[in-house]
Amino acid sequence: METPLTQHISFDRPCYNLRDYEKNGGYQALRKALSLSPENITNIVQASDLKGRGGAGFNTGMKWSFVPMNGHFPVKYLIANADEMEPGTFKDRMLMEGNPHQLIEGMIISAFAIQANISYIFLRWAYKKAGRLLRHAIEEAYAAGYLGKNILGTGYHLEMYLHTGVGRYICGEETALLNALEGKRATPRAKPPFPQVSGLFGKPTIVNNVETLCNIPHIINNGPDWFKSLGKGNDAGTKIYGVSGRVKRPGLWELPMGVSMRELIEDCAGGMANGYGFRGALPGGASTDFLVKEHLDINLDYKSVAAAGSRLGTGTMIILDDHTCPVGFVHNLEHFFAQESCGWCTPCREGLPWTEKILLSIERGEGRPEDLNLLEMHTRFLGPGNTFCALAPGAMEPLQSALKYFREDFEKHIDQKKCPWR
Amino acid sequence: MIAQETLTPEEMAEIDHEIALVPVRRAAAIEALKIVQQHRGWISDDSLQAIAGYLEISPEELDSVATFYNLVFRRPVGRNIILLCDSISCYVMGYEKIYEQLRHRLGIAFGQTTPDGRFTLLPNACLGTCDHAPALMINNELFRDVTEKDLDEILDRYH
Repeated sequence: METPLTQHISFDRPCYNLRDYEKNGGYQALRKALSLSPENITNIVQASDLKGRGGAGFNTGMKWSFVPMNGHFPVKYLIANADEMEPGTFKDRMLMEGNPHQLIEGMIISAFAIQANISYIFLRWAYKKAGRLLRHAIEEAYAAGYLGKNILGTGYHLEMYLHTGVGRYICGEETALLNALEGKRATPRAKPPFPQVSGLFGKPTIVNNVETLCNIPHIINNGPDWFKSLGKGNDAGTKIYGVSGRVKRPGLWELPMGVSMRELIEDCAGGMANGYGFRGALPGGASTDFLVKEHLDINLDYKSVAAAGSRLGTGTMIILDDHTCPVGFVHNLEHFFAQESCGWCTPCREGLPWTEKILLSIERGEGRPEDLNLLEMHTRFLGPGNTFCALAPGAMEPLQSALKYFREDFEKHIDQKKCPWR
Repeated sequence: MIAQETLTPEEMAEIDHEIALVPVRRAAAIEALKIVQQHRGWISDDSLQAIAGYLEISPEELDSVATFYNLVFRRPVGRNIILLCDSISCYVMGYEKIYEQLRHRLGIAFGQTTPDGRFTLLPNACLGTCDHAPALMINNELFRDVTEKDLDEILDRYH
């Protein structure tokens, strides 16, 4: 089984410096890419069917193809979204701490493909180690002529900056991230215009997730057919999958796209921890719908997870065990979303705290039977189409599926006037 | 006239470096807040006015930015800042027990500072180390798989 993204990652030794990375084939993809035309690179990436690994799953090459290439835009930007803040998600941290040059090489190739001359890594504040390693790797790349003026004698010029955020979940939304980079409140922007045309400081901008960008050198080296052959079913490539919660071995694994949920939980994570049973899981971070026992044999690709009523999201799974109260679990999620709402649009700003309060009162044994209808109303009012961005609809995904799969747990709280788990 | 603090030459030099990297002066707002907080520990009203003046924006506009972000402190904080992850994987793995112990040991709840100014305790959204939950950060250091047993020894490292 091939594991291109993690083949050079080991936490038993320091991460590769530039020389080690080069010795193991690093920056060969950049050399190859610089000999191709930018449009050619975009076509290769589009043909590979690489989909955005930040959660939305949009074809990366197609996203790039919306950037104007007619020479009328002298300033363009390429941004790595490294603001990993989706609860339960920890894959980009591993990629950046494990092999920072892989991200930098992927960024240079991607920036060349859209002919951007300025690039940013938007890193979340808490990732101190990743910040140190990336800062050093960027310096090494400048010194080696992979960044700066006239890269490898081709005349192509690219600057790269590391920006560390000051903490807000909404910064991960790509247009909010642009506002944060402009020194403003990170409220999402109206689309259209899309960032590909009018992004950072009004210039054409591409924002890609860290894992997405880390795939680029391997696609350039090995071609789109190779990349497609890595996936098991509907989707191309490998994916960094993760499991956290009460399993024997929580962790991250690079696996073929489309591995089954059962393989991930039982083979990789070793099954449930002793004394704990499986009740459900959020397959890709806090803003995805629960999957339960009947879904264990579905494949974790975009289409199959959607068919089961959820989203692959970030591919990092959070397990709900049988010792954890589902109401408390969902309350914890809604508390997070209520706090992190940017406050721009009313349904999200007002609806999420209300949702949180109802869940807290149910958890404390103060819930009323009609509260369940009220919660269901919120899942509709805060759903897709009613809010400015995807934060509130995402927040409703675990709630609506919890009301479906764990309804009796909610009812027990209300009937017994207490949390049966406490 | 309200007595105004001014930025130190060192702070101004660091902010100038950030301003040079962006096309408009105000785009350095977040970096400027980070720089001044790094030097002074937090952003007082006077500091805010000084930064706003330097960036040529109104204090109100800068405050709207400063209060938006979780890690810009508009109130004084202690010498050491404990950020305890309260997100879902840490919830499942029992962060609440760690919180109880911190409250008991330090005598403060989330959002408070010990009377001796040694610690400020804050909740923090997912620290992105969910396979090693529960997790917390003190200043720039990450602690993972934290148990109630470890906690005293961890706290003793900070003065």
